Amino acid sequence: MAETVLTNPGQSTAQLEGWRGIAADWASDQRAFKNVSWGKAMMWIFLLSDTFIFSCFLLSYMTARMSTTVPWPNPSEVFALNIAGKHIPLILIAIMTFILISSSGTMAMAVNFGYRRDRVRTAILMLVTAAFGATFVGMQAFEWTKLIMEGVRPWGNPWGAAQFGASFFMITGFHGTHVTIGVIFLIAIARKVFRGDFDVERRGFFTSRKGYYEIVEITGLYWHFVDLVWVFIFAFFYLW
Amino acid sequence: MVDIPYEGIEGIPPAEVPDVELYHPRSWWTRYVFSQDAKVIAIQYSLTATAIGLVALVLSWLMRLQLGFPGTFSFIDANQYLQFITMHGMIMVIYLLTALFLGGFGNYLIPLMVGARDMVFPYVNMLSYWVYLLAVLVLASTFFVPGGPTGAGWTLYPPQAILSGTPGQDWGIILMMSSLILFIIGFTMGGLNYVVTVLQARTRGMTLMRLPLTVWGIFTATVMALLAFPALFVASVMLLLDRLLGTSFFMPSLVEMGQLSKYGGGSPLLFQHLFWFFGHPEVYIVALPAFGIVSDLISTHARKNIFGYRMMVWAIVAIGALSFIVWAHHMYVSGMFPQFGYFFATTTLIIAIPTAIKVYNWVLTLWRGDIHLTVPMLFALGFIITFVNGGLTGLFLGNVVVDVPLSDTMFVVAHFHMVMGVAPIMVVLGAIYHWYPKVTGRMLNEAMGKFHFWVTFLGAYLIFFPMHYLGLLGVPRRYFELGDATFIPSSAHSLNAFISVVALTVGFSQMVFLFNLAWSLFKGEASGGNPWRATTLEWQTPETPPGHGNWGKDLPVVYRWAYDYSVPGAAEDFIPQNQPPRARKLIQGAAS
Repeated sequence: MAETVLTNPGQSTAQLEGWRGIAADWASDQRAFKNVSWGKAMMWIFLLSDTFIFSCFLLSYMTARMSTTVPWPNPSEVFALNIAGKHIPLILIAIMTFILISSSGTMAMAVNFGYRRDRVRTAILMLVTAAFGATFVGMQAFEWTKLIMEGVRPWGNPWGAAQFGASFFMITGFHGTHVTIGVIFLIAIARKVFRGDFDVERRGFFTSRKGYYEIVEITGLYWHFVDLVWVFIFAFFYLW
Repeated sequence: MVDIPYEGIEGIPPAEVPDVELYHPRSWWTRYVFSQDAKVIAIQYSLTATAIGLVALVLSWLMRLQLGFPGTFSFIDANQYLQFITMHGMIMVIYLLTALFLGGFGNYLIPLMVGARDMVFPYVNMLSYWVYLLAVLVLASTFFVPGGPTGAGWTLYPPQAILSGTPGQDWGIILMMSSLILFIIGFTMGGLNYVVTVLQARTRGMTLMRLPLTVWGIFTATVMALLAFPALFVASVMLLLDRLLGTSFFMPSLVEMGQLSKYGGGSPLLFQHLFWFFGHPEVYIVALPAFGIVSDLISTHARKNIFGYRMMVWAIVAIGALSFIVWAHHMYVSGMFPQFGYFFATTTLIIAIPTAIKVYNWVLTLWRGDIHLTVPMLFALGFIITFVNGGLTGLFLGNVVVDVPLSDTMFVVAHFHMVMGVAPIMVVLGAIYHWYPKVTGRMLNEAMGKFHFWVTFLGAYLIFFPMHYLGLLGVPRRYFELGDATFIPSSAHSLNAFISVVALTVGFSQMVFLFNLAWSLFKGEASGGNPWRATTLEWQTPETPPGHGNWGKDLPVVYRWAYDYSVPGAAEDFIPQNQPPRARKLIQGAAS
């Protein structure tokens, strides 16, 4: 559908108050969410569904961690690095978190420039975001390698409960997959932005629909969500 | 013509959404195979679901042969019996009913009923079907891999699901999990489309409270599926990791084949919680579309407005919400913390309230209606009776103290087959008889239809009613044979044989239905655009079957709710949703 059409919603329902008003607003003509495009609505609902997936993963991990009779490895020891002779706990994770949060900043700027139809800056900022994302995934690969070298496996590890390795690889792997998909998504959209697809309203190859700069914001929604999930993983897995 | 009484029309609101850009197929392949038209996708979904459903039907015959005449058929051994049970359950619940209601009916009816040209993202919608087909093929392939399909039961409980000794431990369980994961991915792509189409792509005048209840049922079920399938997704991934990588999410330490297994420290209960957090909403994912569709069938064929529309909508939403907090009533005997049973029994019984509202409203819709005993109406009536029966045994099983002795008996089998097997299938069949004219332009043969109904309806009762009795005797479910257990009288064995004979008969009678579908496609009586004289938008399309884009040049405008049947003073006994009110000004401008 075309770009968001601004309307003046809810004149006839403005008088209703309380629950009736809420119901009337939601149930109003043509659209439940006024001024929200199909793409954006779809991404929000997808993210809601994805939230349930990550919640199930995290709850399962917490169940395993709370019910295991074997001690849980100490994350701040496991995820420590020796840098220049100093033993720094959680340093790699801290850097990774910083990078991912920074990428949210560049993403937000890309959205801003997208709505100003600034083709080049939008594309560059999206690519910077993608680069941050790729760095994050790269550091995660480094972390995985380090842990595997130290003997952590999905079925066991030298320090305690076997579920530590299992949960770690599963949850960070699933999140890393999301980041990787996001990076691919960003690069694909950045290419379209740079080529000017959204200025000349070029039609999609498969869908034969016109694209709009709004897709930058939709990509951004996904990207911020992936960041937000990481904050929860960081809190529940590394800081607990 | 007299002035038609109608409340609340002041004018037509301006269009908020510009007309959609449709993908126009340029070749036979993009028109009929890789089609982005929701109607074609709906038919693809329905045919695929029916095909795999027939496999499940044949499996049920094999199971009944074994149960009714143990020892007679040498080609069924205990392992195969377990595999038949597992595949029958999984296919029927997920690959047939979920796919048919949401992918089939959802795709066909949502755009037509809300007055849209198509789903909001047709390309994603097309991908949804192809991923679903892949999931079905992966599932079907398990019949041909070494070791055959998994025999873990459709609930796939670990630890036994992945231990040696369970049939299908080699490939069956791996492919089952992969297929479920694929199904969920495919469903999510379709489900997002259905939800956004209902929320954001309705035509002018179509407020949510003017939607036909069919759309409400499918919509709520889709929202539930988007929130419930994640739990199954996570459970499948973790069980797959347990099986493939040797993680111990669900696996306690135990002795397998005389040896201490490599597993340890996992929680089988965790799987059960995840599974039933999906599994219970799944019951209503199947039931809510059935509730919605049956409301429309009853109202149309009784020529009377649905009783208590607003309450019907709220009941659907309330059932949907409540169904997320009842899951552990499937786990009373699992060894979970016993006091949970109190909470979950309470919430389970609370669901009876909105459900009872719906049943009362159906009955009150029928009351003093102009009931036409057409085939769809017969199936709708069959649904109400069957659903009430199944629901009443649900009250038994929802109470902990009654459930504990009845757990894992044929009583449970009878209960869930009545309530989520026979009842939704009744609606599926009724709905096919109802909407087949719209899909093909021809009526299904009524004589064959009536025969089909009576055999199916009476047969279902002859099959599942005695099963309650078997369950009360203590006959266990999932047993290959009963042996010489002293608590099982010989009458139970003859009853089993009786059930098997009826089940085979009813199964074969479905072939009449399939023949009817094929025969009527060519020889059926031409139906015209609106054979049932129904009000909803899908019957008002300019062409039958509806063309690409559904509505010709202009989208319909909706002036009224979906249930203006037998309005006093009106010329006809139905007023279509898009018929403007007479003696009123049509357009008073955008600002009114």
